[in-house]
Amino acid sequence: MASVAHSFMKLFRGSSTGSGQGPTPAQRTQRLTRRSSGLAELAKILASEQSLCVLDLGSTSPANIRYLIERGHKIYSEDLLTASTDPALLAKDEQGNVVLDTKKFLTDNLVYPAAQFDVVLCWNLPDYMDESLVKPVVSRLWSLLKPGGVVLAFFHTREAGPDAPCYRYHIVAPDTLEMQHIEAHREVRKGPTGVMHSATTGGFRLQRVFNNRHIENLFHDFASIKFFLARDNVREVLVMR
Amino acid sequence: MDTPKTGEFAHIGKSVIIKGELSGSEDLYVDGQVEGTIELQGNSLIIGPNGQVRANVNAKAVVVEGKLEGDIRASERAELKKSAIAVGDIVTQRVAIEDGAYFKGKVDIQKESAKPEALPATKSEPRAEARSAAAQVASGSGRATSGAAAGAGSGSTVPAVAIKIPVTEPKKF
Repeated sequence: MASVAHSFMKLFRGSSTGSGQGPTPAQRTQRLTRRSSGLAELAKILASEQSLCVLDLGSTSPANIRYLIERGHKIYSEDLLTASTDPALLAKDEQGNVVLDTKKFLTDNLVYPAAQFDVVLCWNLPDYMDESLVKPVVSRLWSLLKPGGVVLAFFHTREAGPDAPCYRYHIVAPDTLEMQHIEAHREVRKGPTGVMHSATTGGFRLQRVFNNRHIENLFHDFASIKFFLARDNVREVLVMR
Repeated sequence: MDTPKTGEFAHIGKSVIIKGELSGSEDLYVDGQVEGTIELQGNSLIIGPNGQVRANVNAKAVVVEGKLEGDIRASERAELKKSAIAVGDIVTQRVAIEDGAYFKGKVDIQKESAKPEALPATKSEPRAEARSAAAQVASGSGRATSGAAAGAGSGSTVPAVAIKIPVTEPKKF
């Protein structure tokens, strides 16, 4: 998997070893606030209807859960990035290369009835998730969304660089997010299939940079896509099924 | 949250493993392993930091500090502390999730009007909910206990918590 990550670093101007400009200890602990145009657009939908079904694919966020339940919505939380680092997913292909077992990943995760969700908060997942999982996950999201359902996703621009820190996002206002650097920790848990899972969070590195064309291709099954360019080298995308 | 005092909660110590159906009419603190179901309608359940519960739980209030794999149905409130790892759905009136808790599942907030459905007639006959006599705890071969922690605080309080245990060998998580 490391080699996969390494090859994607070629997309950057620099090398995969980076310039060592990761977040400082102070940045790790502090929470940064940013305005989010994509969230502001999404907030209109969340405010206009009640009892929407929302799936949050980021790290468990009490703020997001509170924000959504206060507005009468149902929230589902699933930390997909952490789940993707499960060592039990590692397998060997026909050539003997270590790959991620996509089938197993989708057996253990994102298991919901079809057309269940009105909104999916994808955050920065596609940028940090292993390449082999991105398309299958987006395809699964398409089937989980109701027609007219919306996905909010963030994509870094090339200027962000390979050491762009991985954040978890907390909704603090209809157009404002709080960003918290994901701390490293290890946990062991049992998955739905009964297998013990251990996952490491923290130390996530940007796997690739999608340009606008890549993003359109990634969501080509969806009905429409809206881009919002933010100041912090992030493109926010609102995709409608 | 500190470990509750013996007199306040029935206590399942950290070396206790229970596999089966657990129900009762008093508050329960689980710091061991439970696999099956937990029914404490009208009372509170605390899963301590060492607790590993693989069960659907039904109580007035549920507080998770350890690991829970199963659905939570709390007629009043559900609380996930920062050390909690919870996989399953939460249906309750109020929920509190501390920063750092791991949660995978659904949060469904039910309004107060739904309360009577969640608490069917347990108040009038609290002990009637116990599904089997406490004697089964002692005789059930499915129970595996070890160490003194099994009895920590359980002497006078356990009889109110009845455990229905299938005659199978326990498996560790």
